[in-house]
Amino acid sequence: MNLTLYVWRQQSSELQGRMEKYYAQGISPDMSFLEMLDMVNEDLIKNNAEPIAFDHDCREGICGTCSQVINGVPHGPEERTTVCQLHMRHFHDGDTVYIEPWRAKAFPVIKDLIVDRSALDSIIQAGGFISVHTGGVSDANSFLIPRSDAETAMDAAECIGCGACIAACPNGSAMLFTAAKVTHLAMLPQGRPEAKRRVCMMTEEMLTKGFGNCTNHYECQAACPKGIKVSFIAKLNREFIKAAQLIKEE
Amino acid sequence: MQSFFNSTVGKKILMAVTGQAMVFFVIIHVIGNSTIFVDGLNGYAERLHSLPVLVWLTRLIMLAVISTHVFFSIQLTLENWKSKPEKYAVQKHLRSTFASRNMIWSGLIIGLFLIYHLMHFTFQIISPDLAAANNLDALGRPDVAHMVISGFQNFFIALIYISALVALVLHLIHGIQSSVQTIGLNNDRTLPLIITSGAIAAIVLFIGYVSIPTSILLNIVKG
Ligand code: HEM
Ligand code: FES
Repeated sequence: MNLTLYVWRQQSSELQGRMEKYYAQGISPDMSFLEMLDMVNEDLIKNNAEPIAFDHDCREGICGTCSQVINGVPHGPEERTTVCQLHMRHFHDGDTVYIEPWRAKAFPVIKDLIVDRSALDSIIQAGGFISVHTGGVSDANSFLIPRSDAETAMDAAECIGCGACIAACPNGSAMLFTAAKVTHLAMLPQGRPEAKRRVCMMTEEMLTKGFGNCTNHYECQAACPKGIKVSFIAKLNREFIKAAQLIKEE
Repeated sequence: MQSFFNSTVGKKILMAVTGQAMVFFVIIHVIGNSTIFVDGLNGYAERLHSLPVLVWLTRLIMLAVISTHVFFSIQLTLENWKSKPEKYAVQKHLRSTFASRNMIWSGLIIGLFLIYHLMHFTFQIISPDLAAANNLDALGRPDVAHMVISGFQNFFIALIYISALVALVLHLIHGIQSSVQTIGLNNDRTLPLIITSGAIAAIVLFIGYVSIPTSILLNIVKG
């Protein structure tokens, strides 16, 4: 397969970037999208040109490091698939492919397709944890958790924190990410004692870091490689209403 | 910690609750207006205005509701624009709609229309010669029906109303379901149902309202 690529090139966060044209030649349909970019980079290196910088780590769809907007969709055209798991067989010979970094004020471009996602870490640090004493593992079943609650918590915990929801959101809001963390912990008895504080602190941190407000476009759910659902955002909103009393007191 | 009114979810909840209050008003209003089809508009108007406490209480509440809604809508929209300063060279929308992406514009059109509408039918200063306050019907009541029918026989006035209703239907196709999600009443099972019924409710309201100027323009309702 031969493809024409338009790739966002930007030397550093201070410098202006622009789309540049590349040719990807002799691409096998069995390659992943990142392997295709590896091939393009090899050619660039051979020609003494600067290779395209992009984020990647596990390449098996679990770490959430890969982050590219392909033809206007975060993680590309396949539903519930990360860029690293996207295969070239979903493209056709002669296709033109546009590759851009995540776009949001809270995600400044570091270089080319790599953005700084540490704002997501700040949201987690604001409340996405359970304060417990470390020590021996407690006995199984010492906490009774209804199966459906455990399932919901697991579904929410599937979030890999890649930031595709923010990249897709017309408002650059991190509500789906935050809601997944809030739901994950709020569904479990260990998470309940800090639930009110958590939802307030995490949503506040979200705004402080420059993410937008949710207006229910549901673009995030469609882009999420793990199928995190917007019903978790409704859950976050319920948790926030429950926390209203706490806000009044503090 | 932040106050309720400074928090992202708190502001959104205020938007949703004020939006729902306006939807409730808009439902009552269309039911009242449809008395024009059974020649009952003057009677309805007279009975309504014989309850000045109700009328003024509603006006005050609506003033507070609308101000809150508009204030936070502008604030939230400006914040959201700031959070997404750069656009993609290629952008494909997967789930968002024309309606959802243009809430601020449909809202502002409704807001401008509201000012016009109040000047037209409440303060009656757009066409003073037709003002119900100065024209009594055969029973000695302010002739609201005459004011409305003669008003809408003017094509441009009818067009202003119909355009505003298009903005309203777009606003509510997204707004009704969005407000349910915002106040946290959704789960996986109800979400698609709420999305569909919100859109249907918006379209039913639209048909209810738009039937008045169109049936006057088409001479189905005559003065
Ligand atoms: C008067 C001018 C108006 C303006 C400027 C305005 C603006 C907006 C904006 C920008 C939003 C989206 C905000 C967000 O989701 O963050 C919104 C939501 C909404 N609006 Fe309006 N609007 C107006 C009038 C109305 C009217 C007359 C109604 C009802 C009849 C209405 C009902 C709603 C509803 C139900 C929502 C959804 C709230 C939510 O997302 O939770 N609005 N409005
Ligand atoms: S590289 Fe780890 S999820 Fe794609």
